[in-house]
Amino acid sequence: MEFPLKRSQPDHSRPMSTVTIDRKAPFSLPRFLAGDGRWISPLVLLAVWELGSRLGLISPRILAAPSAVMGALWSMILSGELLSNLAVSLARSGAGLGIGIVVGSGLALIAGLSKVGETAVDPLLQIKRMIPILALTPLLIVWFGIGETPKVLLIFIGVVFPIYLNLFSGIRNVDVRLLEAGRSFGLSRWEQIVHIILPGAMPGFIVGLRFATGGAIMLLVAAEQINSSAGIGHLVNDARDFMRTDIIVVCLLVYATLGLTADLAVRTLEGRLLRWRPSLINA
Amino acid sequence: MPKASQAQSPAIPTERDDDDLTVRVRGFTRRFGAVTVLKDLDLDIAKGEFVALLGRSGSGKTTLLRTLAGLDSAKGQDVTTPDARAVVFQEPRLLPWKKVWHNVALGLRGPDNRERAEAALEEVGLGHRLDVWPATLSGGEAQRASLARALVREPQLLLLDEPFASLDALTRIRMHALVLSLWRKHAPSVLLVTHDVDEAISLADRVLVLDEGRILADERITLARPRATDGEFQALRERLLRHLGIERGQEAAQPPAALYTFPQGDLAAAVA
Repeated sequence: MEFPLKRSQPDHSRPMSTVTIDRKAPFSLPRFLAGDGRWISPLVLLAVWELGSRLGLISPRILAAPSAVMGALWSMILSGELLSNLAVSLARSGAGLGIGIVVGSGLALIAGLSKVGETAVDPLLQIKRMIPILALTPLLIVWFGIGETPKVLLIFIGVVFPIYLNLFSGIRNVDVRLLEAGRSFGLSRWEQIVHIILPGAMPGFIVGLRFATGGAIMLLVAAEQINSSAGIGHLVNDARDFMRTDIIVVCLLVYATLGLTADLAVRTLEGRLLRWRPSLINA
Repeated sequence: MPKASQAQSPAIPTERDDDDLTVRVRGFTRRFGAVTVLKDLDLDIAKGEFVALLGRSGSGKTTLLRTLAGLDSAKGQDVTTPDARAVVFQEPRLLPWKKVWHNVALGLRGPDNRERAEAALEEVGLGHRLDVWPATLSGGEAQRASLARALVREPQLLLLDEPFASLDALTRIRMHALVLSLWRKHAPSVLLVTHDVDEAISLADRVLVLDEGRILADERITLARPRATDGEFQALRERLLRHLGIERGQEAAQPPAALYTFPQGDLAAAVA
């Protein structure tokens, strides 16, 4: 019998016809303000702020002018002060985040892949979830003093839960029909975990990672308030004592940049690990 | 294994030797709590035979298929199935995170996985879609990929669980032709679970009707394929529909034209 199916389907691997955008559209102020003009209001704010400072309306003790902040940033970069303290902060949050991801993932695997594991692990983490992390700070200081350990521990504790919770629910929400199909094709339990459960739980893990990186930076700020002798938080504390609002604003910028970078990193990772998702394929 | 010419109209001996059977079930009973889904059921499927299993919703069709697929345990019961069996489910159930050929090669052991998966995909007309994500396949393509995934295992028993139910009518016709041609070529025993009487009659050697956990009817079809839908086909169709509780004339009780008739008489007056 002649096989009727070949080449009857459109070839989706070729690019679709491109959409041409009319670049000669007349300029329209409302449309410009609604779409491309998003950067205007921040610039206006900066200009008002600078003007207010120059006219003496805003005292440098309250808030340094943007130009002064830029000057402080530049001199801190030149002196190496900024980078050395940034390195200390990065090492702290990196260590807390790294250990948190490993431990959180490990616990999620134990609880997600076996009922016994869930019974053993889940109650502990639920109890932990009920305690506000920052409330643990005094106890951590009593136990570990004011060195690096309590700071890293604080970040670690804050990271474990979002990773655990999201990976655990990711594992448990894997489509049972896929698992059943895998079973019908003779996959061993181990192969089911590697080929079906873990990739299926990956979207959950990425969500956890996003919460974890955000949390790590927030806890870094809190942890560095504990008598630091180095780090961005140490710079802030010093600047506070000398009322150097320019340095404080520089440090705020650094924290914001850290947050943006972490988010970008997670997005990049998401794009790589979840490139099979329909929304990402069509994007 | 029967050759293609024999598969066209297999010679079925009246007294079958167990060696000729792919599936042998005796007195099978399956309960879920207080509900008995399958009751003292006997079933034989000969080597290379294409069997369609009809039944209303809840008649136990899927339970029987799952048992034969080894997805539900048949411990302690007289159920014999080959080890080489594969299922095509109603939904394609492809792993979205694996490229199409990886899906087909899933669970294969051996160095030539890629070649085997490629060959199977060529056979279902997807040779040009080896390296794409399943999410980019159309419904029909995904179901063909899932057919390739079953075939690559060279099953002695191919279990089809309403695999065409969610496809559009045109795609379904093509899939019917594809399944028949693959069955002729590879000659596995096939059990097709379906709601669709016409589908069952046009594809199968034998049509079983399952009702309340028992096999109510067992019709052998000797018409040559491709099957014309007149004469014997219609007689068979009516007989099977009656087993399914649908009497003649009942299936199209409301002629489609009536849907478009404008209200007349009293109703029209009431509207006015």
